[in-house]
Amino acid sequence: MNELTSNPPGRPRRTLDIVQASLKRRYARERRFRFLGATAVILGLTFVVLLFADIILKGYTAFQQTYIRLPIELAAESIDPDGTRDPETLAQADYMKLIREALQARFPDVTDRNERRLLSSMISVGAADLLRQQVMDDPDLIGTTQEFWILAAADIDMLIKGHIDRKAAEADRRVKDQMIGWIERLEAEGRIAKRFNTIFFTHGNSREPELSGIAGALMGSFYTLLLTLVLSFPIGVGAALYLEEFAPKNRWTDLIEVNINNLAAVPSIVFGLLGLAVFITFFGVPRSTPLVAALVLTLMTLPTIIIASRAALKSVPPSIREAALGVGASPLQTQFHHVLPLAMPGMLTGTIIGMAQALGETAPLLMIGMIAFIVDIPKGFTDVATVLPVQIYLWADSPERGFVERTSAAIMVLLAFLFAMNLAAVLLRRRFERRW
Amino acid sequence: MYSWILMLVVLTVMTLAYQLGRRRAIMTVGGPAQMKHLHSLPAYYGLYAALWAGIPALLLMGLWIGFQDQIIIGLVTNSLPPGVREGLSSGQISLLINDIRNLATGNIVSAQVTPEIQAAADHYNQLQSVSQWAMWAAVLALALSGSAFAWLRTQPRMRARNRVESIFLISMIVFSSIAILTTLGIVLSVVFESLRFFQMVSPLEFFFGTNWSPQIALRSDQVGASGAFGTIPLFTGTLMISVIAMLVAVPIGLLSAIYLSEYASRQVRAAAKPILEVLAGIPTVVYGFFAALTVAPFIRSVGAAMGLEVASESALAAGLVMGVMIIPFVSSLSDDVINAVPQSLRDGSYALGATQSETIRYVIIPAALPGIVGSILLAVSRAIGETMIVVMAAGLSANLTANPLESVTTVTVQIVTLLTGDQEFDSAKTLAAFALGLTLFIVTLALNVIALSIVRKYREQYE
Repeated sequence: MNELTSNPPGRPRRTLDIVQASLKRRYARERRFRFLGATAVILGLTFVVLLFADIILKGYTAFQQTYIRLPIELAAESIDPDGTRDPETLAQADYMKLIREALQARFPDVTDRNERRLLSSMISVGAADLLRQQVMDDPDLIGTTQEFWILAAADIDMLIKGHIDRKAAEADRRVKDQMIGWIERLEAEGRIAKRFNTIFFTHGNSREPELSGIAGALMGSFYTLLLTLVLSFPIGVGAALYLEEFAPKNRWTDLIEVNINNLAAVPSIVFGLLGLAVFITFFGVPRSTPLVAALVLTLMTLPTIIIASRAALKSVPPSIREAALGVGASPLQTQFHHVLPLAMPGMLTGTIIGMAQALGETAPLLMIGMIAFIVDIPKGFTDVATVLPVQIYLWADSPERGFVERTSAAIMVLLAFLFAMNLAAVLLRRRFERRW
Repeated sequence: MYSWILMLVVLTVMTLAYQLGRRRAIMTVGGPAQMKHLHSLPAYYGLYAALWAGIPALLLMGLWIGFQDQIIIGLVTNSLPPGVREGLSSGQISLLINDIRNLATGNIVSAQVTPEIQAAADHYNQLQSVSQWAMWAAVLALALSGSAFAWLRTQPRMRARNRVESIFLISMIVFSSIAILTTLGIVLSVVFESLRFFQMVSPLEFFFGTNWSPQIALRSDQVGASGAFGTIPLFTGTLMISVIAMLVAVPIGLLSAIYLSEYASRQVRAAAKPILEVLAGIPTVVYGFFAALTVAPFIRSVGAAMGLEVASESALAAGLVMGVMIIPFVSSLSDDVINAVPQSLRDGSYALGATQSETIRYVIIPAALPGIVGSILLAVSRAIGETMIVVMAAGLSANLTANPLESVTTVTVQIVTLLTGDQEFDSAKTLAAFALGLTLFIVTLALNVIALSIVRKYREQYE
């Protein structure tokens, strides 16, 4: 009871005094509370920054890949002995041997068999295919000696990018001391460079980090999303139109409404179980295809689209409908000719957001077999495929160091697509939003 | 492949039927000048014809594609010589059929190719091509006869608009019933498989057993041959990770919602709110990657520095990251309910001399409490059903522990592990996943229903 003692003697204790005496404490509390709130906001924002910084720092190096420049003698007798330029003959030549010889020519002092093997392990196993492609695209190269940029193996790539510490003890790193010596010699000659990583955007999955790319997963995502859009947009808009404009208020429509709200909150993995039990096992839809993925994702995104479309329909003022009905349009004509065009921006916004959800969804697709290891780039809706988020999941599980940066890079690509879609939704809303 | 071409052909027929129907309608009244004698606008006669051409044909095509494989397989199996078929179990028969199918499509075959199987594969290929041709013929015939029927029916007095509109209305009703069908599909698929599972494993063991090791042994003498399906460790693991997530998400989400709606200036609010909501738009697989490759090693090294033993897949890492993911759910839902509290309550409190924080703590939060509780319940259901973060960052071993630094597993992780990879569809192991799915579905559904009803009641209170 400090307040009592601090009162000057002789004067009655007024409420004001009590209040004033407690003010300091109360203001301190006010500041503390405010500080707590600001801390929470800052913490939340920090998480966003941390997440993005972590992924960008881990992944930006994946957009470049290490190549070794080597003069390769494309001798006619080893590639095309008959001089026919027949593509089949060109395809069967031993390009790896040519690359190996070129590399060994740079290091004439390496004669030991094991050391030579070590030397050629600096080259990616896919380098021969890339060289073959270059030669087949331009057969005039045969018979000449050209400088080629040869794809380096993943370990060398990691070393050049600094993910493998050159100063670490030899036993602790995957690259031997000898190899570092060779690399330093090549670097001194300017024969090692990081070049833009086209493989990442043009190749499918691979066991070798340096040869793996997201093209297959991107195409899989494209086919899946396209089919999801084609299925879910008309169904979602039709359902919203019926429920909002035509449905009588009865038990059945109430049931549908409760259902839609609950489906929006059902864990996505349960939709995966549905896809597995109903679409794959019961209806025999082929596993791991964009077709079955699109069916599952359609069911998942429908609630989002229906809810957004109904909100868009609600925002169209009743006067529009009354005017159309007044000049003799049928109820359906009113909707299709007058209400739908006005509600369309809102519906499209909802659809884009639903598609963004579908693009990022992973868990239900694991259930329907999208996790198969697929090298080929899918060419249709019934080809076995994988999608971008599942590719990220698969790479994140791979132990090789080279896959970490590729995972992050794939995440960046995925986030870029999501960002673009959300931006489109925001712009669409801004551009066409109408206040009645 | 051919089906896509056929579909395009049907669409072309539909376009043609539209044009013809439209023209026919105009012709029947004697030219464009007499159009007022038509019941409906000419486009509706066109649509009428197009729908008659397309809908039956496309329906037939869908049915054909859906059932042709089963019928062909049935025919092939029946035509197998009795010597091949006899004495085989149903599993062996399906293996044989797989072989035939692989042989027919030129894939690798598991067993040796006998002349009988080769003959069956040829038979299969032959039936396939017959079926393709028959489908083309039947679908095209149906499309053309549909158009012809519409052509004959087109008269000035026909109520084309009403007919077309009723088809549209019916399809809209069908579309809106898909939501019901989806729920029904979910319930039926998980319930049926779960019932089959509970015939193998008693529900008592499933819900109250403390040992989870669903691996069914390949050899009968292996240890733990029968598998154990006690889900208590899964439930406690799920609970622990969810609790950690809520410990992160609720204070941060709630406090930032309060700060942004009550204290922050307009500019800060306009900038901070969308950035926080970015967290809700990031795919969960990204959080999983972040948890597994950044947060878990970080926690491990911090733990090692403090002399603590931390598992490499600790519950803490998964829970923390899941909490970050849930922040925007809590904050945006709480933001809504806080904004819904009428300004008069605030003004009354200020008039009595309360400071802003006192107003928030003693007036606004109690008034908004039901809505906040509802939003937290929704967030909990989100945490329980979240899959990718825990699949990537939490462990697989079902430990019954209360230590967040140890590795635990969750219901969703087990569903994914049980169902990825190739197993028989009927084994107890795969069926257990459906039983887990049923449990998950019921729990999250209950949470959602409770949360939504609380939020709705709360909203009505101030409207």
